[in-house]
Amino acid sequence: MRIGTFLRPALTLLLLALVLRPVWFTPLFAPFASAGGPVIYERASLLSLSISHLGLVAAASAAATLVAVTLAILVTRPAGAAFLPLSRTITNMGQTFPPVAVLALAVPALGFGAGPTLVALFLYGLLPIFENAIVALSTLPPATMEAARGIGLNRWQQLVRVELPLALPVTLTGIRLSVVIALGTATLGSTVAARTLGEVIIAGLLTNNTAFVLQGGLIVGLFAVLIYDALVQLETRLVRRTGG
Amino acid sequence: MIEIDKITRLYNGVPAVDAVTMTIETGTVTVIVGTSGSGKTTLLRMINRLEEPSSGEVRINGESTLTIKPHILRRRIGYAIQGHGLFPHHTVARNIGAVPELLNWSADKISARVDELLTLFSMEPETFRNRYPGELSGGQQQRVGVARALASRPDLLLMDEPFGALDPVIRTRAQDDLRRIQKQLGSTIILVTHDMEEAIRLADRVAVMDSGQLVQHGTPAEIITRPATEFVADMVGRVERPLRLLSLVPVSELVEEGVAEGEALPVEASLRDALSACLWTGRAAVPVEQDGVLVGRVTFEAIRARARARAHP
Ligand SMILES: Nc1ncnc2c1ncn2[C@@H]1O[C@H](COP(=O)(O)OP(=O)(O)OP(=O)(O)O)[C@@H](O)[C@H]1O
Ligand SMILES: [Mg+2]
Repeated sequence: MRIGTFLRPALTLLLLALVLRPVWFTPLFAPFASAGGPVIYERASLLSLSISHLGLVAAASAAATLVAVTLAILVTRPAGAAFLPLSRTITNMGQTFPPVAVLALAVPALGFGAGPTLVALFLYGLLPIFENAIVALSTLPPATMEAARGIGLNRWQQLVRVELPLALPVTLTGIRLSVVIALGTATLGSTVAARTLGEVIIAGLLTNNTAFVLQGGLIVGLFAVLIYDALVQLETRLVRRTGG
Repeated sequence: MIEIDKITRLYNGVPAVDAVTMTIETGTVTVIVGTSGSGKTTLLRMINRLEEPSSGEVRINGESTLTIKPHILRRRIGYAIQGHGLFPHHTVARNIGAVPELLNWSADKISARVDELLTLFSMEPETFRNRYPGELSGGQQQRVGVARALASRPDLLLMDEPFGALDPVIRTRAQDDLRRIQKQLGSTIILVTHDMEEAIRLADRVAVMDSGQLVQHGTPAEIITRPATEFVADMVGRVERPLRLLSLVPVSELVEEGVAEGEALPVEASLRDALSACLWTGRAAVPVEQDGVLVGRVTFEAIRARARARAHP
């Protein structure tokens, strides 16, 4: 807590500076640059790459959340229980496929660019959210559910007013894991010409320029840490409200 | 009038409730007593269709509950669940106002009702209205659970051990409050407990359950003086029997002219209170007062005679 109160703003400022004013860091990265090569990545603005990167992650995670939570709701209804094993198998498959293979397979179908990356991130995001949502929805306090039925809520009201709010904190944990995985995995998207921060890292690898690799890696890492932290705080607040 | 007609519930072929038939008059309090696992909760839950009977049916004012959509039926019936079952993510006020909200009461009317109920259960509205259930003691949670069941002033109330988590002082007060509210509104209450004391204190009719069967259904006095089975006699308790009987009779029935020493009892007190006062202070008679004015006395001898007469009518 104490450390967080100082560290959080410090890291946020560092990230903003890295993205908006990369030249400030020239002295820092200079020792890692290839001899005579550029120190700071300037082929594209880091800000626009960051926005594109985060946009891909947000879109894929939102879609994964929607699909995974919908599936979890369906298979935790009495009528959908039979589909539980099948839907688990499908989401697990999404996870066992290596991301590079997904990208390679998706390119012929969707062409180069954001499409294949979105598909890969989406598939990778499903499993943690689905598993957590299922656990959350199937371990609700029985007395509370009994009361929800007992006072006369219909099925839909039970879901919207009681089940989903109570399942939210645990589901959010799944979303958090999924988002953090997606933030890292998205860098691979640049191998198939999606605009992500991976572009900086790949450029560094191709030209043997460690400065670029560090720069790209640092920005992605800081985004991951700060977003993770924000989601943890949100969960804590929710748990406190639901009387944990 | 609620007619429970040969209602049975099987779990894996074993009856949890076994062909129970019982008629409950409108405006009365029926208390279902029995040991743990005797089927009390199952019987209660079949009335608002939280549990579907394997056979038999329940009729409310002649109308079979099977003809009404379950969630619509339940909005008409107050239900205080065993172990409160409050919504942990809603404030006390929202929990209590849950049913009125479903019935589309106005916000003002709901908040007035919430405050009224909190006050009734000795919980300062200012303090408790906006708390979450996790911020209440077990007894406070239970009272909020009962308040939620009462909120829409339902004609029929089902209560499953509503006072189990309360300390004796608050429990007695909550029982008195419930009885008062019930008299005022003329509601019909079916309440489950395993505490015979509570049953006798609250009930117009006591229903005793044993292994899924209804073994006796009668007034508290009948249950005490003419137990249908050994099991009922055990539930009443052979030692407590005469005292339970005396607790049903108000002092006013035995008041006679004359004076007595010591502290006076109000006319509403029971003969058990009078007996206890005699024994504790070694008196042969206790003065009786009504609204602070002495109206006579009740004697130890009269109590003894009455106990014998009631026990062997
Ligand atoms: N869902 C269920 N599945 C199988 N058996 C059940 C189920 N619910 C209740 N039973 C059984 O039915 C019997 C009656 O249970 P019930 O809950 O009605 O008892 P009770 O009288 O309310 O007990 P207590 O005083 O402990 O609350 C018990 O033997 C119980 O094990
Ligand atoms: Mg029970």
